[in-house]
Amino acid sequence: MKIYGVAILAGCYLAGQLIGSLLGVWLNIGGNVGGVGFAMVLLIITNERLRKKGLLDTKSEQGILFWSALYVPIVVAMSAIQNVKAALSGGWVAILAGLLVTATCFMLVPVLSRLGKKTEQSS
Amino acid sequence: MEVLEKLLDKNGLIFAFLMIGLLMAVSNWISRKLLRNKLPGTALAILAALVFAWFGGTKGVADFPMFAGMALLGGSMLRDFAIVATAMGASFTEIKKAGLSGVLSLFIGVILSFFIGTAVAYALGYTDAISITTIGAGACTYIVGPVTGSAIGASSEIIAISIATGVFKVILTTIFTPLVAKRIGLDNPNSAMVFGGLIGTTSGVAAGLAATDPKLVPYGALTATFYTGLGALLCPSVLYFLVQAIV
Repeated sequence: MKIYGVAILAGCYLAGQLIGSLLGVWLNIGGNVGGVGFAMVLLIITNERLRKKGLLDTKSEQGILFWSALYVPIVVAMSAIQNVKAALSGGWVAILAGLLVTATCFMLVPVLSRLGKKTEQSS
Repeated sequence: MEVLEKLLDKNGLIFAFLMIGLLMAVSNWISRKLLRNKLPGTALAILAALVFAWFGGTKGVADFPMFAGMALLGGSMLRDFAIVATAMGASFTEIKKAGLSGVLSLFIGVILSFFIGTAVAYALGYTDAISITTIGAGACTYIVGPVTGSAIGASSEIIAISIATGVFKVILTTIFTPLVAKRIGLDNPNSAMVFGGLIGTTSGVAAGLAATDPKLVPYGALTATFYTGLGALLCPSVLYFLVQAIV
């Protein structure tokens, strides 16, 4: 049943968010620290365990894959609700800082990626 | 007309599904037929969505009652739920392989973004530690900015600038990621995790990677999700003290 997959996804999502929220309280930030990340790791582990035991059939899996496929349209909707006007009216500080930060981070991607590959080879 | 308005008001989310579906169909058609796939359909749809958002207000098109459902479809609940679902296509071994460079990129991403932001603020005439720190925090993400600003007591004007900086970063990342992806080697799980850690703003990373290659989304999202937390941890504390000491 597809709903089983959706329920597994919902369970992992809520558990991950709970861990993230508790971590936020513990670190005294009052936000959610890595809730989505924890949920993703939980889903990967649950998925692997259930598949090994033969408890996850294709139909249940489709319930999760449906939401995974909805991801792109959700991102388009998310772009449509951004505060674009404010971003462009933040003055030169906002524009210059945003531009420099984004450009620098882009350029650092290949540098740090190479680092990842090097440690992989040496180990 | 009144009947239609009432109907759309009641079924906001469903109407949003229809609108996004149509927008993506048109974008994909333009991308295929007119642009010969030079710009991916997804990137085009996101770009169009940003333009529509510009006509709206603080919540983009969702400020128009007719499109209020867009705020639910594009809101953080469904976004995060869908991001978690993409983990189904991720491999745990790849994540473990890129673990170290992912963590490293997180720290470098937060600290570097913060200092570039503070440098710009200082260069453009801000001299007090509170304003400089808040703008630097905004250069991390549009959430770290106001969190830091209210923690150290910045004025609402400065907080608004820090939010604008963060949102502008999201927009730039969204537009330019698919365009520069090849040049910065953004085509494998390892570099996607580094990318997520360096840029950090979940919305930008999510949208940029979706337009580049949806297979990379879970890897980028995994590191990016820790970024805002790390920024909110470091900016109002260690990094603020550091700015205080320098200024």
